[in-house]
Amino acid sequence: MSMLFGKLGWESIPLNEPIPIIASGVVALAILGLLGWVWRAGHFPYLWREWITSVDHKRIGVMYCLLAAVMLLRGFSDAILMRSQQAIAYGNPGYLPPDHYDQVFSAHGTIMIFFVAMPFMIGLMNFAVPLQLGIRDVAFPTLNSVSFWLTASGALLINISLLVGEFAKTGWVVYPPLSELRFSPGVGVDYYLWAIQISGAGTLLTGVNFVTTILKIRAAGMGYSRMPMFCWTALATNLLIVAAFPILTATLGMLTLDRYLGFHFFTNELGGNAMMFVNMFWAWGHPEVYILILPAFGIFSEVASTFSGKPLFGYRSMIIATMAICLLSFIVWLHHFFTMGAGADVNGFFGVTTMIIAVPTGVKVFNWLFTIYGGRVRFATPMLWAIGFMVTFVIGGMTGVLLAVPPADFLLHNSLFLVAHFHNVIIGGVLFGAFAGLTYWWPKAFGFTLDETWGKRAFWLWISGFYVAFMPLYILGLMGMTRRLSHYDVPGWQPWLIAAAVGVVLIAGGIACQIVMITVSIRRRHDLRDAGGDPWDGRTLEWITTSPPPPYNFAVLPDVTGQEAYWGVKAAARDDQKLSALPDYAAIAMPRNTPTGVVSAFFASLMGFALIWHIWWLVLLGFVGAWATFVLFAWRDDDAYEVAADDLAAHDRDRRAGKAALLGLDDGVPA
Amino acid sequence: MRCVWLAAALALTGCAGGVLDPQGPVGAGERQVLLNALVIMLGIVVPTILATFAFAWWFRAGNARAEHKPDWSYSGRLELLVWSVPALVVIFLGGIAWIGSHDLDPYKPLPASTAPLRVQVVALDWKWLFIYPDQGVASVNRLVVPAGTPVAFSITSATVMNSFFVPQLGGQIYAMAGMETRLHLQADRPGRYRGLSAHYSGKGFPGMRFMVDAVPPRQFAGWLAATRQQGMALDRSAYLALTRDSENVAPYGYRAVAPGLFAAVVRDSGTTTAKRAIQGRGP
Repeated sequence: MSMLFGKLGWESIPLNEPIPIIASGVVALAILGLLGWVWRAGHFPYLWREWITSVDHKRIGVMYCLLAAVMLLRGFSDAILMRSQQAIAYGNPGYLPPDHYDQVFSAHGTIMIFFVAMPFMIGLMNFAVPLQLGIRDVAFPTLNSVSFWLTASGALLINISLLVGEFAKTGWVVYPPLSELRFSPGVGVDYYLWAIQISGAGTLLTGVNFVTTILKIRAAGMGYSRMPMFCWTALATNLLIVAAFPILTATLGMLTLDRYLGFHFFTNELGGNAMMFVNMFWAWGHPEVYILILPAFGIFSEVASTFSGKPLFGYRSMIIATMAICLLSFIVWLHHFFTMGAGADVNGFFGVTTMIIAVPTGVKVFNWLFTIYGGRVRFATPMLWAIGFMVTFVIGGMTGVLLAVPPADFLLHNSLFLVAHFHNVIIGGVLFGAFAGLTYWWPKAFGFTLDETWGKRAFWLWISGFYVAFMPLYILGLMGMTRRLSHYDVPGWQPWLIAAAVGVVLIAGGIACQIVMITVSIRRRHDLRDAGGDPWDGRTLEWITTSPPPPYNFAVLPDVTGQEAYWGVKAAARDDQKLSALPDYAAIAMPRNTPTGVVSAFFASLMGFALIWHIWWLVLLGFVGAWATFVLFAWRDDDAYEVAADDLAAHDRDRRAGKAALLGLDDGVPA
Repeated sequence: MRCVWLAAALALTGCAGGVLDPQGPVGAGERQVLLNALVIMLGIVVPTILATFAFAWWFRAGNARAEHKPDWSYSGRLELLVWSVPALVVIFLGGIAWIGSHDLDPYKPLPASTAPLRVQVVALDWKWLFIYPDQGVASVNRLVVPAGTPVAFSITSATVMNSFFVPQLGGQIYAMAGMETRLHLQADRPGRYRGLSAHYSGKGFPGMRFMVDAVPPRQFAGWLAATRQQGMALDRSAYLALTRDSENVAPYGYRAVAPGLFAAVVRDSGTTTAKRAIQGRGP
């Protein structure tokens, strides 16, 4: 039996723990119900043809965001469990035993970082960057699909751990020696390792893909000093991915060797050194923070400029700041463990470098301020998120710099002050950025805007919920409460923890409003239709095409003559009182959809699951299957289809009619 | 002014033995650095937040009185200001960080006329062992120190990583297997202070807390004498028994300690007990 099933057995399913069983049962039923409905309604061939096998960067972007949204619900459920546990667990063990609570906070961190924040940002980059660059797709469209499905594999494995076996009980940073076999003999850490390794491979491929795309493929005339700010931040982020993710892969690989083959990189025994793991983990971990926040900075730059009706203030300054952050992010990692006792010089050095990275960040905040200055600010939902971000993020930045002062960090390290700080920058920065990007680009993706009323309700509930949930955590940190406590015996803490739980209720309201927003908007899609393809009076190239754009994005690739390419086109059209002359249309070749991504990820998931449970034959099968999928793809004969010039012309005629109506001009097409 | 600020902060945190209510020179020094850095940054953060609200409101689309500069996107002077304001703040704060991390280096002995009390700390699953090498006694989950005397801690772990932390006395330092870290603290006044592990260490982590009793020197001598009178000796077999997993252990003392125990724990990184630990912590 053990040959066939490895460590897997009926006892792997935690039937004695009602919460995970009921939760995973409900989720499984919901998924099965959804799949059954899709199948019966006959939507499956469409989904397979148009989405699952799609290599279109826009659709992959949408799927990334959908994955992030679903995983946000999972990670937020964990947050509800933790906040309610701590609200009641004064002087009693609460309702979650440590065994369960420890899995919950580990899963919460892992999911929110790797499967919410990352896919949200990568999804938005996928959607918007090629459009902003004025190109038809990313450099390697099939690889892009592989990236997405590998990320989905990782997410799947983490969710399987809810029902089969257990998740890590080590915190999301899986510090050894706690994560070593001696202290964590179960499969929880293995779920973590393989989920992150598989999705990490996808992320690395995304990095390679986007660096190549941005450096090598841009519309004619789109020089580096004309790229939209979001493309610049995407470039910085993907450079960081390419430089930093291999460090994570190697570090987790060494931990894997420790756990699977009896190596001693990080064990207590035989010369292992756990602090080596901690150093390398954060050598990836700090750049990771900027991998997440830089695209958000890009989104806020686009939003602040668009909704103020002005170009971004200090564009070149912003580029320098972005690239400075990109470089500096590699020399600050030690601030995650000043309390290791490295000595005053080392701590002082990393304290100072950490503060230096605050300078370009501060520059960005000021530049957004001056972008607003002299503008005509429209408070549409994306702009509300941007302003909410500016106010919230400077608080998070301040507490971050405070933690960079070693003597202050000695008092606050690992406390709820730290927890409040990084939620302050990740929610107030990354998540608000994702929501701003979502409402900003939604009309481009689907052809109708999102309902503003529900969007604004969601914003107000989210931001007030954030403050109510996390300001008490700052105070609790100052009161000496450390993180990851499943229960406590200090009476003074409880009122603040109850307040934080109320904040979670408000955030839940915000999430509910977002769900209503999307539902209402889909119902009212005809009223909310974005006919002209430019609902916000945009300035960058994604708004020059239709909403949604055709698979090839642009009938004729744009010719860029300055910064803010589309703003220039609109200005010229207003000056001439007509659209530009009709171009010549030539047939183009577009990449065919391929199941390579989903099939190889299917085998990768099998391999990951088999590695976790030591089912070696299945490991081999999964590996060979994934490999064979790539080989088959490499052997393909025919990978492109042609779009005829007439089709392009027909589509472009509609597009020009829409633009002409929007600008109140003649569309220049002979009747 | 400072008193008002402190009073407000203390009121906010309910004086509940937090880091804003220090009872020794280290904690007080660290709190001072924290507050200095905070006040400096508030000086720039508060105006920025106000300016965000003010700009967004004044330049709202409906306000015809607001200046309109639809193409304004560069100003050399402002750029200079935008870079130099954060840079100046950071130079200032960087100085605080550099000087602070040297002044308040946990490894630096505290200035005092009396010789420091040496205490060796071993993090175990899930309790703290405090060895008094010069007095030849030890105690679990209770640290008794004379008030007004510096305490020189040597810290290690016989298991996973922990962090030794007494919020009211001063900052924390990691306890790591196979490594010895140092920390110097002092309680100025007699009192009972909460101590804890500030680094998650597994199932029994919430119980990794201890009491610090700072007592007048005479009472300390009395405690030593009483401890020497009763209980077990911490020899090899008693230590091995102690390393077994246990949670929420009530404090107790050892009347004697095998010499060189701490050094041995550091040397073997807690591995002599590895097998037992595996048995103790099933899947």
